[in-house]
Amino acid sequence: MSWITVCKLDDIVPNTGVCALVGGRQVAVFRLDDDSVYAMSNHDPYSRANVLSRGIVGDLKGELVVASPVYKQHFSLVSGQCLEDPQVRVAVYPARVDGDVVMVEA
Amino acid sequence: MKTGKIVVIGNGMVGQRFLEQLVGRPDGAAGITVFCAEPRPAYDRVQLTSFFSGKSAADLNLVPEGFFERHGIALRLGDKALAIDRGRKAVRSARGHELPYDKLVLATGSYPFVPRVPGAEWPDCYVYRAIEDLEAIRKAARTARTGTVIGGGLLGLEAAKALHDLGLETHVVEFAPRLMAVQLDDSGGRLLRRKIEALGVGVHTSKETTKIVKGAERRHKLLFADGGSRETDLVVFSAGIRPRDQLARAAGLAIGERGGIVINDHCQTSDPDIYALGECALWGGRSYGLVAPGYQMAEVAARHLAGEHDARFADADMSTKLKLMGVDVASIGDAHGATPGALNCVFTDEATGLYKKLVVSNDRKRLLGAVLVGDAADYGSLLQMTLNVIPLPEHPEDLILPAREGGGKGMGVDLLPATALICSCNSVTKGGICGAIAAGATSLGALKKGTKASTTCGGCGPLVKQILDCELRKRGVDVKNHLCEHFPYSRQELFHLTRIGALKTFDEIMSKHGQGRGCDICKPAVASILAACWNEYILKPRHAPLQDTNDHFLANLQKDGTYSIIPRVPGGEIPPEKLIVLGEVAKKFGLYTKITGAQRIDLFGARVEQLPLIWKELVAAGFESGHAYGKALRTVKSCVGSTWCRYGVQDSVLMAINIENRYRGLRSPHKLKMAVSGCTRECAEAQGKDVGIIATEKGWNLYVCGNGGVKPRHADLLARDLDDQTLVQYIDRFLMFYIRTGDRLQRTATWLENLEGGIDYVRKVVCEDSLGLGHELEADMQKFVDSYECEWKKAINDPETLKRFRHFVNSDQPDRNVVFVAERGQIRPARPDERESALEAVEH
Repeated sequence: MSWITVCKLDDIVPNTGVCALVGGRQVAVFRLDDDSVYAMSNHDPYSRANVLSRGIVGDLKGELVVASPVYKQHFSLVSGQCLEDPQVRVAVYPARVDGDVVMVEA
Repeated sequence: MKTGKIVVIGNGMVGQRFLEQLVGRPDGAAGITVFCAEPRPAYDRVQLTSFFSGKSAADLNLVPEGFFERHGIALRLGDKALAIDRGRKAVRSARGHELPYDKLVLATGSYPFVPRVPGAEWPDCYVYRAIEDLEAIRKAARTARTGTVIGGGLLGLEAAKALHDLGLETHVVEFAPRLMAVQLDDSGGRLLRRKIEALGVGVHTSKETTKIVKGAERRHKLLFADGGSRETDLVVFSAGIRPRDQLARAAGLAIGERGGIVINDHCQTSDPDIYALGECALWGGRSYGLVAPGYQMAEVAARHLAGEHDARFADADMSTKLKLMGVDVASIGDAHGATPGALNCVFTDEATGLYKKLVVSNDRKRLLGAVLVGDAADYGSLLQMTLNVIPLPEHPEDLILPAREGGGKGMGVDLLPATALICSCNSVTKGGICGAIAAGATSLGALKKGTKASTTCGGCGPLVKQILDCELRKRGVDVKNHLCEHFPYSRQELFHLTRIGALKTFDEIMSKHGQGRGCDICKPAVASILAACWNEYILKPRHAPLQDTNDHFLANLQKDGTYSIIPRVPGGEIPPEKLIVLGEVAKKFGLYTKITGAQRIDLFGARVEQLPLIWKELVAAGFESGHAYGKALRTVKSCVGSTWCRYGVQDSVLMAINIENRYRGLRSPHKLKMAVSGCTRECAEAQGKDVGIIATEKGWNLYVCGNGGVKPRHADLLARDLDDQTLVQYIDRFLMFYIRTGDRLQRTATWLENLEGGIDYVRKVVCEDSLGLGHELEADMQKFVDSYECEWKKAINDPETLKRFRHFVNSDQPDRNVVFVAERGQIRPARPDERESALEAVEH
């Protein structure tokens, strides 16, 4: 496990996500409008497609979430927990902004 | 106690209501016989004119299936009662029956008054009372050009509308100096006159018809007391009604000086075993020409007969609200300000054709009456204020003035007492409605069925709905249609807030009207509202985060994370060169191709990073975005039309191309589909679309709110035989009205089903411009049309946007998880097991 630079902060439009290749893994990286960043697996367990980075981010009852663009389940940006099914959780990774770059530990 | 044999003479609206009231009581009669002179049982005379706009006699029928049989009532249709023998307590009929009665009920109604004008007995002089009269008028109208109604009262204007609808040049001749002299004052009458004249109906007031002679140009000539004359083919007399009291008169019952069978508070005549109800009766020196008091008498008589000796008729409210030739007219209480010391409060806007008058008590504390012309939306609340003596607000004028900042308009239904009469036609009180809601009638439909409220004239419909909403809210039922937890507004409300506040971004809207960060529900909804209001490029950085993935990548996401592309092919017309380009592009990028149901070509299996490359080639060949990814106008389908088809009557392809090019890219609450058929064979299936256009010999018929999908719905005809320009004007208005008022993800079909007033209301807004919004809606649409640009053309020329079209932000590799296998000569996404083995093969 080590911190890896994935892109510049400017590469991510605020309140959207991108997908980064980190050590062979597909990682969805989201930037919010306060320039905080979050990272989770890009794999959507419901559609089995690598698409979570393309979901709409927001909050539900205060919990930061991304909605899968395929079948619209919500996943916590912080814990990876699926809000619709307590049995389902996607992997999350530490992420931070360092100067003008975004780093993910994976 | 049983009441013995009951004979009822007359089966009109009131007679029928009496029967229903009677059989609903535990102490009903031992045997009931009904004489009915007309050839059919009770029908809705109030809606008689709708007979001319396509309703059949069966539609107007008021008698539930099997009613007479179920209750053992003997109905003698077409058998007129001829005489009452009070001594032997028996009724003799035209067919020679003689029937004994214990109690007799007269519900003989009224007959149209025909003034003693020489010539009134000529052929083609009619009255307007029964279905048979209307049938005769309709038949005569086929060979006539002009028609004249004598009498400018309520019924006279109804008759004029009927003649107008039959295509006749129509005139109304009135003895009084104004129309609807009983209900309206001079100013109201003048405004109504102007509105009716604007519809092309001639109005001639202060005219006394003295003679009808043979005409020179037309069949008849009316001569007036002032020396003038007017030629006409048809004459319809509608100069008021008179109680049909001959039977009672001959039987020696007490009759009023000017006609009418005298009754007491229990509706008994001078013979306590004989009752009289409705328009034939005279109570307190008054006879009533409205159905509501008749219904009240029916109830009183039924209760009294069943042994409720305290059942009493009290003076009935004569307030009326109706729509005359598309003009709303209402009169409440003391409309003429006859109460001593009464004050008038008048608002007139001749520009938009509004006249509103309040009659207020001398101390300005209570409302005595009102007159409304042009807009009667406030009828329900003003009537309630009058009837229930609700204290007037500090500024009574606010009740009729256009709403002003901070000024509360009208009053909440919550203020009404339980005894407030809401539906005067059917005597339903607020308490009755609340009781039905408590008993489980929680939809407007169930409420109407259960209480009969709003089922006769429908005027109280909005009020009933308000009470329902209010009661449900009190019971904690969620009647709100908030977008989501972030916005306490419906889509329609948010649309207005955005437009009126000139808000241009999600952040502005959120900070002013919402809370939190938003979600996948409100963000795309706001994106759609912003696009409809301002039509800014949807991939601008400030709008991009709001877009669903389809809009974000301007393509349709498929189950494996790839996208499909549908270039626009307006009207489904495509030259061979462009067809070849689609084939070449599909071949080059290895895409699966399929023809869609809407005459387009869909290219599947494109990865995000391929989308701009594919579109560069498509744009170069002259294609533009087809918006298949958006909640927007998708396609306009067409048949080949008159150019090639042997049966086509109009060029449906050209119309489809023009329509598609006009509305392309229009963002709306949900996707929009349209179609144009070149003749009534309807090969383009236009009646299954949100907007369907079908060619006629004279132009185009416009259908709206059709749908295929889960719940198919045939579209409703909005307007007939339109020319090209009017067609586009109506579609502009219709679409913008839907976009403004639709809920999130609400197709036009569901929108219409939830719209109070349904297709008639849409027709008024779109074709008659009843809200005065027509120009604004057209201007909004024109602004949209003028600002259209192809989203893909813009995307491929903008490096910032293009940067987003890659799978990895830090690598040019494609997504290895996207795997295709071959099937029937094309690709398809691998199934999970196929994908596993394919991925393993690559890794080894």
